Amino acid sequence: MSRFVDLAKNPLLISSVAILALLILGELVSPGFARGDQIVRLLTVSAILGIAAAGQNLVILGGREGIDLSIGAVISLGAVIAGNVMNGSDAAIPLAFAAACFAGFMIGTVNGLGVTYLRIPPLVMTLGMMGVIQGGLVVLSRGVPSGNAAPALMAFVNRSAFLGIPGILFVWAAIVVLMALMLKRTRFGWSIYAIGSNENAAILTGLPARRIRVLLYGLAGLFGGFTGVCVIGYTGNSFISVGDQYVLPSVIAVVIGGTSLAGGAGSYTGTALGAIALILLQSVLTTLNLEFWGRQVIFGGTLLLLMLLYGRQARLRV
Amino acid sequence: MTGLNKLGGRTWVVTAAALIVLLVINAVLQPNFLEPSVVQSNLTTFLPLVLVAIGQTYVILGGDIDLSVGAIVALVNVVTVTVIAGLGGDGTAVVIGLVAGMGVGATCGLVNGLIIAGLRFQPIVTTFATSIVFSGLALWVLPQAGMPVPEPYWRTYAGSILGVPTVYVIYVVAFLIAAVLATRPFATRLKAVGGLRTAAFQTGLELGRLRVSAFMLSGLFGAFASLCLTGETASGDPLMGQTLAMSAISAVVLGGTALAGGVGGTLGSVLGAWVIGMIGSVIFFAGLPFEYQTLVQGLIILAALAGGVLVTRR
Repeated sequence: MSRFVDLAKNPLLISSVAILALLILGELVSPGFARGDQIVRLLTVSAILGIAAAGQNLVILGGREGIDLSIGAVISLGAVIAGNVMNGSDAAIPLAFAAACFAGFMIGTVNGLGVTYLRIPPLVMTLGMMGVIQGGLVVLSRGVPSGNAAPALMAFVNRSAFLGIPGILFVWAAIVVLMALMLKRTRFGWSIYAIGSNENAAILTGLPARRIRVLLYGLAGLFGGFTGVCVIGYTGNSFISVGDQYVLPSVIAVVIGGTSLAGGAGSYTGTALGAIALILLQSVLTTLNLEFWGRQVIFGGTLLLLMLLYGRQARLRV
Repeated sequence: MTGLNKLGGRTWVVTAAALIVLLVINAVLQPNFLEPSVVQSNLTTFLPLVLVAIGQTYVILGGDIDLSVGAIVALVNVVTVTVIAGLGGDGTAVVIGLVAGMGVGATCGLVNGLIIAGLRFQPIVTTFATSIVFSGLALWVLPQAGMPVPEPYWRTYAGSILGVPTVYVIYVVAFLIAAVLATRPFATRLKAVGGLRTAAFQTGLELGRLRVSAFMLSGLFGAFASLCLTGETASGDPLMGQTLAMSAISAVVLGGTALAGGVGGTLGSVLGAWVIGMIGSVIFFAGLPFEYQTLVQGLIILAALAGGVLVTRR
């Protein structure tokens, strides 16, 4: 019985069942919803959210109320930088990619330094950083959209690379595998869980907890910049608030995927499934032809329902 | 430096100092800054944030967080405006509308509290989810901005009660509520809940009830803020107050309340809210180009946060 309960509370299983149920529901409501090319389309959107959520996942795993609310602004920054560096030229894609990721990494590192050495709570530090980046973007762009995606980048995100599947999905699959290997098989991965679940114990075993945490925030920024490049590849051009819509969904994908907001427990595989489930839910709600407010209410209600299954905190009475 | 170290835990002193500096700068930049009408207009602008920050303080003291208060502000606004219009817009209708608005705010807080304390949900994600639901409901009540409130409403808000400007009356009432609550066992118990939850539980405190009360206070103060904003805008807007929750959290932290819970108070949050308001005002009167305002405001808030943390660090 308890094994059954454990199984029913496994986030990977719940997300997978939710994905299946949503696909069936979508197909029932609007035939063709679960067609191959539609699924590829939905997975592409999920991949962009999933890559952003990878960074979010790392800082949340690292504990100490870790969270990165600046990720949306970093995505916007990455998109604007990449767009301006490329400006429609295929040859400049590698440089654009490197510039966006580097800018993200530097901003993330500043977040990490503020969180660890100045001991500013992550929620506030990254919130403040969000304001600074958004302000910086307004100054840089003067509110005018600028920069264009190179054709090859747009093809990479939107067109089939192999068997009808666009290149970005292969990249995302690689990220899923690499993240799983890193978290479960490397010393660095283990130390993330160690500082996330019991920082004092981790320090006593000799782990440089602060440096690890700074690196985690840096990586979160890097993934943010990466996401920005994907976003401009998806939409073709960038505007300065393009990343805002990813902030809270990236946190929710992590939570749906079974990573505890308290840190120290969870996996990126779960987060990836969580991102797919979230995008599917939004898509099904759009297909249902509901009014906007109805979609909102159902979306919020579903999140609460998912949390009822496994987003709950430990009981105080033992 | 040792003198500063003695401040330990009382970040609000630093916030008060920052506020004084900002006041002086603003007085230099804006010659009529100290005229009663300008003071009143500034305090009117800051009032909604002050109210939301006071409510948020209780939630944060209890170790939780309320991201939904912006959506509560919107929902309260549209319900109040719709109720007043539905009942004909006379004096009785306005009173019923105000009561309905406060009821909606408290109910939203109750829902947040019951879900988080009763079902043991994580507050950040939960209040984000309920904020989506609340703003959805606000759009259901009033799909588009519009629907004016009757003249007596905004005239009273901009005018005065018994010779005292209404805005000041609201400030005094809000401060009285906060002061009374600060002397009650509730405040101490809430800090215990936020400081060491397990220990608080083991000493027999009713955790659930305390946390739910904190969320209801946040909802109620959100409703007050919404009713004030409605007095300013004089109409319904389902998208009102979106940035309030985040600004209020910054104000609370600036005021020295620890996000981890257990340490702090409403006085600091009020100062924090005023600091945030004054930063905006100083930037405006310094004649900074519009596009630099968000950047500078963000940088100053970050610097203030870092400074406050450094100064009070033991």
